[in-house]
Amino acid sequence: MDIFLLEAVLNGVMFGGLLALLALGLNLIFGVIDVVWICYAELVMCGMYTIYWLHAVYGVPFPLAAVAAILLVALLGVLLHRIIIEPILGSAPINQLLATGGLLFFLQSFATLLFTTDFRNVGIHLPSLELGDINLGYARILAFAVALVGAAALYLFLARTYLGTAIRAISQDREIMGLMGVDQRRIYLITSAIGGGLAGLAACLLVLQYDVHPFVGLSFGPITFMICVLGGLGNMIGGVIAAFIMAQIIAIGGYELSVEYSEVLAFLVFIVLIMVRPQGILGK
Amino acid sequence: MLEVTGLSADYGSFRALFEVSLGVEAGETVAVIGPNGAGKTTLMRVISGLLPPHSGTLAFEGRSLAGLEAHRIVEAGIAHVPENRRLFPRLTVEENLRMGAYMSSARARFVERRGWVYALFPRLEERRNQLAGTLSGGEQQMCAIARALMSEPRLLLLDEPSAGLAPLVVQQVFDLVRRIREEGFTVLIVEQNVRQVLELVDRAYLLEAGRIALGGTADELKRSDTVRRSYLGL
Repeated sequence: MDIFLLEAVLNGVMFGGLLALLALGLNLIFGVIDVVWICYAELVMCGMYTIYWLHAVYGVPFPLAAVAAILLVALLGVLLHRIIIEPILGSAPINQLLATGGLLFFLQSFATLLFTTDFRNVGIHLPSLELGDINLGYARILAFAVALVGAAALYLFLARTYLGTAIRAISQDREIMGLMGVDQRRIYLITSAIGGGLAGLAACLLVLQYDVHPFVGLSFGPITFMICVLGGLGNMIGGVIAAFIMAQIIAIGGYELSVEYSEVLAFLVFIVLIMVRPQGILGK
Repeated sequence: MLEVTGLSADYGSFRALFEVSLGVEAGETVAVIGPNGAGKTTLMRVISGLLPPHSGTLAFEGRSLAGLEAHRIVEAGIAHVPENRRLFPRLTVEENLRMGAYMSSARARFVERRGWVYALFPRLEERRNQLAGTLSGGEQQMCAIARALMSEPRLLLLDEPSAGLAPLVVQQVFDLVRRIREEGFTVLIVEQNVRQVLELVDRAYLLEAGRIALGGTADELKRSDTVRRSYLGL
């Protein structure tokens, strides 16, 4: 096997983990609250700026800055739900889409106003792992490992705890949650915090690989949505599978063609797959 | 124990209950019978807080339930087994029971309650890891009742537990309700299966077109001309 192709595949696996983490957060929100946070990637951007400022500008140690970013984006998730989503929970999906879409532009413009359009780097350069001729960046390996741990933690939480069980149950029958003694509103707020926290976690990993700028969300927001739809919106396992498929297409396509064409290829594959299976890989 | 006074409620833009008053004493089993669309389910939904009443009062153990949301009413001690069972189909039997014990007071005693419920319904223990959606109709009804019992209610509301079940299974469900009654629970049951439910309960109310048409002991209702003619086919 071509050694560079193998490297591309391995990088694809690493990238897949990160995309899976992004898709998990978005799918969790959709599955529980039945709302699409179109501005999800912009929440990640907020997290990346938080780390940049805390670490690169104010010299806060990276792990501390990372925790702060996760907490801040979790709080943003709660505020987003409380201020924007809650008043329009019962309205048409298109209105909810427009509202969170509005927040997307607001966050982009606000970031431009505050931070200008400069590309900023957090200034941490992790070395690469060399396995023979294969080069794997530690930033990618770390991102993959942390994404995996994050996904496993989410799985255990959803499978083992009362709250997690309620979060899985709520989309199966919203109305009777109250009869179980569950306060639906509280579940929504907690889910929003977890979804935000996952976006914050993704920000910690992305900031090690990419510069942050106000439009950084555009480079992984659309693909995250594509993955969620491909996996079956709201289906977490489908999302993870789709993330790894898309990451491989981008990685191998990038190696065989070019990085630009690889995304074109990914979207092409998406269009074909969604025509064949409109409900997504594991959708109903 | 439960005191409903002058209760009116709407179903959409349509008035479903008109000044309904009824009471349930501790330890009693009381039925609300009546035809389809009489407002029986609406009554249950108002008591458990799923539907806010238009007017009238509800009191449980002397305490007003006015303005309480459904999850607070469960905490007060009323569990509602809704019409059509409404299990979480993609959760296992045991996860459904876990949901029934969601309140902090019930969580602390989950293992003990689960043991008690499994002793009452051994079939559920056999099927504990099966998805609830794959159970038979009768088993689903068992699971729905078991789930409600997990919250240690003092009053159990049963909405049409025999609906949609085969005649043999209907008999099993009524046996089940009889056992729950013997366990000392106070039960308010809504049924269309008038003949069988009147064999089971202490008292009953006849609800027609949103109004209480008749109320009395089970024997009195069995002897009443209205019930005999319209509901027992005698």
